[in-house]
Amino acid sequence: MVDAELRRPRAVAFGRGDLTRFVPQTTVLSEDDVARALKRMAHEIIERNSGLDDIVLIGLERGGVPIAHALGDALAAIEDRDVEVGTVDASFHRDDISTTHVLPEVTRIPFSVTDKHVILCDDVLFTGRTVRAALDAVTDFGRPKTIQLAVLVDRGHRELPIRPDYIGKNLPTSREESVRVSLGGVELGTRETLENGTREGDS
Amino acid sequence: MKDLLTIGDLGADGIQEIMHAADSFAEVCQRPIPKVPALRGKTIASMFFEDSTRTRTSFETAAKRLSADVMNFSASSSSVNKGESLRDTVETIEAMGVDAIIVRHKSSGAPEQISRWANASVINGGDGWHAHPTQSLLDVYTIREEGRTFDGLRIAIVGDISHSRVARSNIEAFHTLGAEVTLVAPPTLLPPHVEALGAHVSHDLDAVLANTDVLYLLRMQHERMDQALVPSLGEYHRAFGLTLDRAKQLPSSALIMHPGPMNRGIEISPEVIDDERVRVLNQVTNGVIVRMAVLYLVLGSAAADRSAS
Repeated sequence: MVDAELRRPRAVAFGRGDLTRFVPQTTVLSEDDVARALKRMAHEIIERNSGLDDIVLIGLERGGVPIAHALGDALAAIEDRDVEVGTVDASFHRDDISTTHVLPEVTRIPFSVTDKHVILCDDVLFTGRTVRAALDAVTDFGRPKTIQLAVLVDRGHRELPIRPDYIGKNLPTSREESVRVSLGGVELGTRETLENGTREGDS
Repeated sequence: MKDLLTIGDLGADGIQEIMHAADSFAEVCQRPIPKVPALRGKTIASMFFEDSTRTRTSFETAAKRLSADVMNFSASSSSVNKGESLRDTVETIEAMGVDAIIVRHKSSGAPEQISRWANASVINGGDGWHAHPTQSLLDVYTIREEGRTFDGLRIAIVGDISHSRVARSNIEAFHTLGAEVTLVAPPTLLPPHVEALGAHVSHDLDAVLANTDVLYLLRMQHERMDQALVPSLGEYHRAFGLTLDRAKQLPSSALIMHPGPMNRGIEISPEVIDDERVRVLNQVTNGVIVRMAVLYLVLGSAAADRSAS
């Protein structure tokens, strides 16, 4: 199961963890819908860049990583060639260390980004702060020709001047709502606080 | 967790969390620009009341790679010489606005005492014979980096166990992770009630070597020599030093580690230092990585606690 919620490392001694649980209310996209959206986004990427020359994908830890791999597979299938996929954890470039609850993942960019078209991939675009941090992280690795942004869901509420280039689904939400995204589908719901202090993902 | 004082504070979970975060910082250290803004705006004071070059520079490098500001304080050139008390010194430094204090002190328990006075996070950089938790964490990282698992791993710690904070913290860390620890030393260099540490004891290094996965040599402290705990350094080397002959008895897959600074010709023969099983420089490299993880997690956790309250 490629669900970002469940892949979070436990943070017992240092992090406070996420003391909420997702309560689904409506299904927005089914698994097939997600696959179709990703395929369309892949076509848009190829169209916008006139092919796949110098295109690399970088998924944002954690939710963006499976999206980047799925997009990479879709691009490879259309153009019949491999596309390099990296991952970036933007935690160290955030401006809010006090609200970082989870342990960082290892950034893996095993290729040069200089003079490449970097497609940053994420599951949900919300305030834009993670993307802002990821832009800083990626540009520490080199000087890309362009950086473009692909998100499966844009739920609005931007706090920074950041706009996606490729969108799977525009999903108007209220701030109180929560969105759960995986390759298996997109659900809209709310988060409820856990009473007993156990965290989602704890068994 | 606001402070890091001993390995016991962390437990197995805490150690694993630091290892997990350290993997990310290992990658950061490989980047063309090995620096991230994670602790921008934070001030870290290093208060070393006892000499140290490697721990101090290691912490300082770690803090700078996280973009923190570093304030250096050394007891030898400070008002401590004018008779200022430890508490006054700490409160003075804290009044300048620091987020974390790294403490090295010759008295066991000094960092803990300071943590009761200070609102800032306190990180133990080695206190007396008591504890040196970041040394243990970098040692755990170094062993883990070799792909070894700790469950059942046979680790021999050789040398002056009595006066060694490194030994105490490492026994605790290795034991917590499930390793089998054997202490090898003459009776004069073992603390009383050594069994309580949960380790095996041997006085015969040659008998232990063949069954060792990690050979951990401690620094023989010259300053102890006037207490006549060993007949002479030469005698110590013959009985407990890692000579070429002994290195041959050690399994080819074993690791040889030392917290530094090494005394060539005492705990290790000069010709063994270049042995491919020696991990001393990896330990130094990993020291920066692990201390980045410690600073990041301790300061992040302290900030989260503050914003919650």
